[in-house]
Order: sequence, then structure tokens, then C-alpha cells
Amino acid sequence: MSRLFTASAVALIASLSAAHAKTEIQWWHAMGGELGAKLEEIVKGFNESQDEYNVVPSYKGTYPETMTAAIAAFRAKEQPAIVQVFEVGTGTMMAAEGAIVPVYQLMEEQGAEFDPSAFLPAVVGYYTDTDGNMLSMPFNSSTPILYYNKDVFEKAGLDPAAPPKTWAEMEEFSKKIMESGAAKCGFTTGWVSWIQTENLSAFHNQPIGTEQNGIGGPSARLSLNGPVQVKHWENLKKWADEGIFKYGGPVGGDNAPPLFYSQECAMIMNSSASRAGVIANAKDFELGYGMLPYYDDVEGAPQNSIIGGATLWVLSGRPDEEYAGAAKFFEYLSSPEVQADWHQFSGYLPITQAAYDLGKEQGYYEENPGSEVGLQQVTLNEPTENSKGLRFGNYVQIRGIIDEEFEQLLAGDKDAQGALDAVVERGDALLEEFEAQSQ
Amino acid sequence: MKRTIFNNQLLPWLLLAPQLAITFIFFLWPAGQAVKQSFLSQDAFGINTTFVGLRNFTALLDSAEYLNSLKVTAVFAVSVTLVSMGVALLLAVSVDRMLKSSRVYTTLLVWPYAVAPAVAGILWWFIFNPTVGIMPYMLDMIGYDWNHVSSKSDAMILVVIASAWKQISYNFLFFVAGLQAIPASLREAAAIDGAGPVRRFFDITFPLLSPTTFFLLVVNIVYAMFETFAVIDSTTEGGPAQATNIMVYKVYFDGFVGQNMGSSAAQSVVLMLIVIALTIIQFRWVEKKVEY
Repeated sequence: MSRLFTASAVALIASLSAAHAKTEIQWWHAMGGELGAKLEEIVKGFNESQDEYNVVPSYKGTYPETMTAAIAAFRAKEQPAIVQVFEVGTGTMMAAEGAIVPVYQLMEEQGAEFDPSAFLPAVVGYYTDTDGNMLSMPFNSSTPILYYNKDVFEKAGLDPAAPPKTWAEMEEFSKKIMESGAAKCGFTTGWVSWIQTENLSAFHNQPIGTEQNGIGGPSARLSLNGPVQVKHWENLKKWADEGIFKYGGPVGGDNAPPLFYSQECAMIMNSSASRAGVIANAKDFELGYGMLPYYDDVEGAPQNSIIGGATLWVLSGRPDEEYAGAAKFFEYLSSPEVQADWHQFSGYLPITQAAYDLGKEQGYYEENPGSEVGLQQVTLNEPTENSKGLRFGNYVQIRGIIDEEFEQLLAGDKDAQGALDAVVERGDALLEEFEAQSQ
Repeated sequence: MKRTIFNNQLLPWLLLAPQLAITFIFFLWPAGQAVKQSFLSQDAFGINTTFVGLRNFTALLDSAEYLNSLKVTAVFAVSVTLVSMGVALLLAVSVDRMLKSSRVYTTLLVWPYAVAPAVAGILWWFIFNPTVGIMPYMLDMIGYDWNHVSSKSDAMILVVIASAWKQISYNFLFFVAGLQAIPASLREAAAIDGAGPVRRFFDITFPLLSPTTFFLLVVNIVYAMFETFAVIDSTTEGGPAQATNIMVYKVYFDGFVGQNMGSSAAQSVVLMLIVIALTIIQFRWVEKKVEY
């Protein structure tokens, strides 16, 4: 009996020390469904490629939920080493100087292989400080594109190979589709804030805020109540009243994709990263892809679209060996093979030039129509101050305000100018608060 | 009445200790933290903290969104209370008149109470989903375009139904018990005097039921104000345009999603005051003045 006990105790100690030999690195992320499964596959690849570190991915819900969880954990001193934060959280993360380890610093300290110039400029610009240092590790970046139902186009007597290029065509095509009875509504959209406000502004070379859309510093204020944005919101309201456009709800617009899948709406504007999901759901009809529409009477349009998605931030206050592991993991993540695989599976943009080139070499873009649209759109022109990206504090809340004011507009309580003025006024109050808090 | 005298001074404290510890850890300490936080301004990560006095509170009173939330909460609480108590009373009166199978009926009616609020929310979200739900489909046939994603009133109706539905069971049980406590002889006497069923209900049953009704009134208002978070979160998330953003949800949203801890704490202090007021009403008024 006692011998058995000793033996099992020894076995226990042995197993414990074996577990200890590998340093565990917690990675909190917001990738659910198919993307989450792919992410775990990538992590597994890393864990099997070496025997020092074990990255443990944990799904924490939506982007805001993941960020909130990480911040709450930091306040309770239980933070993960790596957390995935969406682009609008960038302002908040950057301002939290004591809470984060900038990626350029991490890679330098750990002596890891890291060349910021290998990343696509449209991606890096969004996540560097004013000195050009990369603060977080780009992981998944996407840009909104247009998906359309070729079958409905054909039924309505439209050319299924020609998606609408301008908003005027968008309106015209939608009307034809509805009049012919091919579908009940013309188009819907995910993300009114990201697509119909921020990207609309960038695509028409209009500012969203002062100080280069906030990239210049925390004293920036909003300015998205310009004539182009007002005109577009006015149109959306008009089209919603006519039934041409259907609103899919706040934040990501959860109700928008079902409208497209069920063939109720003929077109949807959504993230290029929803491509995998759209293909999986659009089984009964043929799918087409196009760039975002633009107003051809606005000078400088189309400029280029901006990215969305998320980067990986490293939080401070973890043991040293975890940082060594995090640096190794980042090296692995940005390798062309892993990047190309992730990009081709998910529809997120390849974040390095090497991954893009690898995809071209493999002939991936010819084989998969629509997979290059986002890339072409994001690199359409050299980014201007208005189309590099945006960076504001408290921006999660400001996005909420954009949704709310848009809903006020739809409900008929405000006109487009009034709604956008209210976004600016309420948003600026939050920006002032943020500037005061972070000093 | 005989009183038990404890000679040991320590024993009563020891016996009370677990309860006191729970009260302290889960009520007093967090409440104290909230009060402290409500006077501070802090960044998301808690790195910079400044004392701002009453600024968080004055900002609330100046905020149109907060005043809107107060209004929404009032409309929501009153509607939920009226709907859930009205329907429950109707069902209870029906059961009271039933001779056979009233037990089966009662059992079935109690079921929804066992459903978690989040599940109830999802359930009604599916039933009323503008794209795949059965109700919008049926409403469409009679010419009503249901869309709680963009219509404020539709959204309010949805959260009221989802929240009231769950509470009907609870109210129903109390009403049934209350009805059974009313002597049948009173109603029979009225019937002999020629009073019809409606007259009997309003002149005899309803007044005699008032202790139960008052009790349920307070319980339902508390329920609607504080326990419907999960329903709101799983159906409308406070939208559209804050049309269903009740105070409890706003505390969560501003604090946990918006990372504005100071304002969120100030709002929870306001809520705390409301709870205290409701508790005083219940103990001073309802429990003492209404005769059982």
C-alpha cells in the first residue's frame, strides 16, 4: 500500500514538473465559430513546433467583451500576457502606458526577429505611434467590401458580372431589383459606424476628426459632420423609408447577414473577413464581390478604404519567461506561411508583403474570385491624412453613439445633419474626458 | 414569551459570523467601493486617478441620456408590473373557478418561472426576430411591419413582454393563494343578493386581495428595475437609440463596455438610493398598514 502510494506520489510530482517545464502563455481572443477553430489550429501548430512554451487561447466573446475582460483582469492583477483588441480600442490601449508592453520593445528586448517594414503600410499605419514604432502586433485586419447575389441580379435583368460602382448605381440597381420582384430589398449593411461612416469618409477623402483623425494626439476632436457624410446619411434614411435599404442593427449589425442569406436583400456591405461565413451560408445562389460604392461627384473619390479588425497587445506585469514566449509566438504568427494560410482561410488581409506574394505565387487569387477585392481597395491609392486610419480615446462608446444617432435618424426624430452634429457633440465630450483622464 | 439568555458573549457572534461575513463581503464592501469610485475619475486601466467630488453626479443630471434612462426605466417598470400582474390575476381567477384539473393548470403555469432570464430573452428574441421570427411573419399578414431593431416602441414592447412573461408565474402563485384565503361564503352571499361575477370580483374579491396585490406591486417593481438585465442584454442591448436602456443596463454599459468607471459608479449609487427607498416603503407602508 505504502509502496503504491509512493509510486503514485512520484508519478504525480513527475507530471507536475513536466507541466512546469512548459511556460504557459495566456492569449485572450474574440474569434468565434470557424475563425476560432482556425485560430486554435494555428496555436496548436506553434505549440507543436517547440517544447518550451504552450500558448493557451481562450475565447472571451465579442471584441468589446474581450477588451473589457482584459482590462478588468488587469485591475485585478490577473491579466493574460496577450490580448486581442479591436482597432477602435487602439486609442485606449496606447494611452495606457503602464499597462502595456509595446511590441517593438518586446521584440527588441527578447532579441526576436522583427522587421516592421515587412508589413503592409495600410496595416502598420494604423498601429504605430507618432515616432513610427509599432505598438501592437497586427493579426487580423479586414476592410469592408460589397457582396451581391448574382442570381437576383440576373432575375432583375442586370448584368451579374457588374456590381454597382457608385451610390447612384446602387440606388438604380436596387430599384430595378425591387420592381422586378427579384428581391424585397436592395441592400443591407453590417457596421453602420465602421462602413457607412468611417470608411465612407476615408473612401471620399473626408476627415473624421482633427489631428489626422486622431493619430496626431489626444487633443483631436471629431469632425464627421461634413457635407459628404450628411448627404450619405440623408440618403440612407431616404432609402430606408423606400425599403431599398434595410438596417441590420447596431454594432456589427447582427440582423444584416440573415437578410442577405435569405435572399431578402440582394446586396450587403460587410467585412472582407466575413467571406468564409458568407460562402458557407450562400448555398442557394451565386455570390459576387465588388468594391464599396462611392459618390462620383465628390472630388478624390474613390480614395482608399481603411482597415478594421484587431491586433495583439502584450500586457505588462507577467513573468519574464512569458514575454520570451510571446516574442517567439509573434515571430511564428507573422511568418509568410502562417499569414497566408490565415488570410486565405478567413478573408482577413495578409498583413505582410511576403504573405501576399506567397498567395500570388500559389495562384490563390485567380482560383478564388473576390479574395483580392479588399486588398485592392485598401491599396487603391496612397493613403492621405484622411484615409490612414483613425485613433480616438473612448472610441468604443463613440461608435455606440454613432449607432444611436443613426437610429434616431431612422426613427425620424432627427435629420441627418442633426444626428451627425449630435455625434460630434456627444463624442467630443467623451474625447475631452479621455484627454483629461490620461494626463 | 420565554426569552433565551446566552451567558456566553462569544457564541451569538460566532453563530452570526457566517451571515455577517457574507453581508460584508457581498454587500457592504462592494457598495463602499462604488461610493468611493463615484467621487473619482479614472482611466480604464486604473493608472491615473483624480478626486472630482460630486462632478460625476452633476454630469449625470446634465446628461440627456441619463434623464432618458430614468424615463425609460419608469415606463418599463410600470408596464412590466401592469402586464404581469394583470395577466396573472386573470389566470388566477380562472383557476379559482375551475373544479377539475386546476392542479395541472397551475403546474403548467409555474414553469416559466424556472426559465433563466437570459433564456427567456433569447426565446422571445427568436419569436420576434424581424428576419426569422414567427411573430413578425404573422404580424406582416395583418399589415404590421414589426422591427424592434429600428422601432423604439416595438423594442419596448418586446422587452416588456419578455420580462413580464417570466414574472406572471410568480404573481399567479401568490394570487391563487390569496384567492383561496377568501371565504367562499362572502361571494356566495353576494351572489344570492344578485351581484354578477364582475360585480363580485370588484366589490369583494379584489379588495380582499389587496394585501397580496400591494406586496406583489413592490416585488414586481423591484424585479422590473433590477432583475431584467439579462432580458435586455439578450434582446435589445438597450437600443435602438437607447429606447430600452434601463438604469441597470446603463450602469453595466457605461462601466464595463464604455470603461467609464466614475459615471457608472455614480449611477449605481443612485440605484442604491432607490433600492433603499423601495425597501423603506415596503417595510413602513405595505407590511404595516395593509391588514392581512
